Amino acid sequence: MSETTIRPRAERFLSVLKHCQNLGMTVEQADSQGLILRLPYSDSIVGDPETGVVHGGAITSLMDTTCGISTVCVLPEFEICPTLDLRIDYMHPAAPGKAIYGFAECYRVTPNVIFTRGVAYQDDRDNPIAHVVGTFMRMGKVTQSEALTKAVNEGRA
Amino acid sequence: MSTLNLTAKAREAATSGDYSELISLVPYAKMIGIECIKLGDELVFRLPAQDGNIGNPTLPAIHGGVIAGFMEHAAQLHLIAAMGGQHLPKIIDFSIDYLRAGLYRDTYAQCQVWRQGRRVANVAINAWQTGQAEPIATARAHFKVD
Repeated sequence: MSETTIRPRAERFLSVLKHCQNLGMTVEQADSQGLILRLPYSDSIVGDPETGVVHGGAITSLMDTTCGISTVCVLPEFEICPTLDLRIDYMHPAAPGKAIYGFAECYRVTPNVIFTRGVAYQDDRDNPIAHVVGTFMRMGKVTQSEALTKAVNEGRA
Repeated sequence: MSTLNLTAKAREAATSGDYSELISLVPYAKMIGIECIKLGDELVFRLPAQDGNIGNPTLPAIHGGVIAGFMEHAAQLHLIAAMGGQHLPKIIDFSIDYLRAGLYRDTYAQCQVWRQGRRVANVAINAWQTGQAEPIATARAHFKVD
């Protein structure tokens, strides 16, 4: 896939996911090397009201989405790839009040499965909040996913 | 913000079995709509079908991250109950296996503490929709409890 089609495809993919829109996620960077999404800080995703630290669930949503959409960086055509599994290791809590970025890359693509890995970070990608690995199933072009595939390809979400 | 005194609220919830106030104090839990039901001595967690939790709009299906967040928070509340509200567990790691699509309907979760150490607890979480015998996801988490 050409570099120029990756970013618009990632943006359209993200735009159809309602929960991600609610959280205000945006595409920061998308190319053949991987994907970066941005999750803005908001009071509604706080998990510890005493400190203002973001809930792990919001970071999981960010990273599930980042790993899932990072498949567009390696696939020649859009495919629905449901998550098989996801593991998150928390290095330290996110600093309150600041956006969180999710980076993910596909490090192995097979006919049936795509292996992804990534990090959640704030100021420094080398000092991440969390490390993530996720495995995704390739469904190919199945009928059930046609409407979403169409929406992502044509931008008619 | 420490005027909230979350630990005291956790202790109250563990004593009374009513977790609604503790849940309402956590904005993320409130946003996705987590509820806690006490059945005898057991806790069952419910995530009512809610528009804002949808990921794939064509199925429609609940976002996998929301299912994971629901299960992580269920595990945390379950641990609070198991420890009598003495500590607020902090997440160390979380691993989830998705078994079926989480469709746009109510989701339930139940937890089991497999190991409670002095510093770390291991909790297993199962989530289902139609029936407990057909889980949509299974997860396990480690929490720091000291």
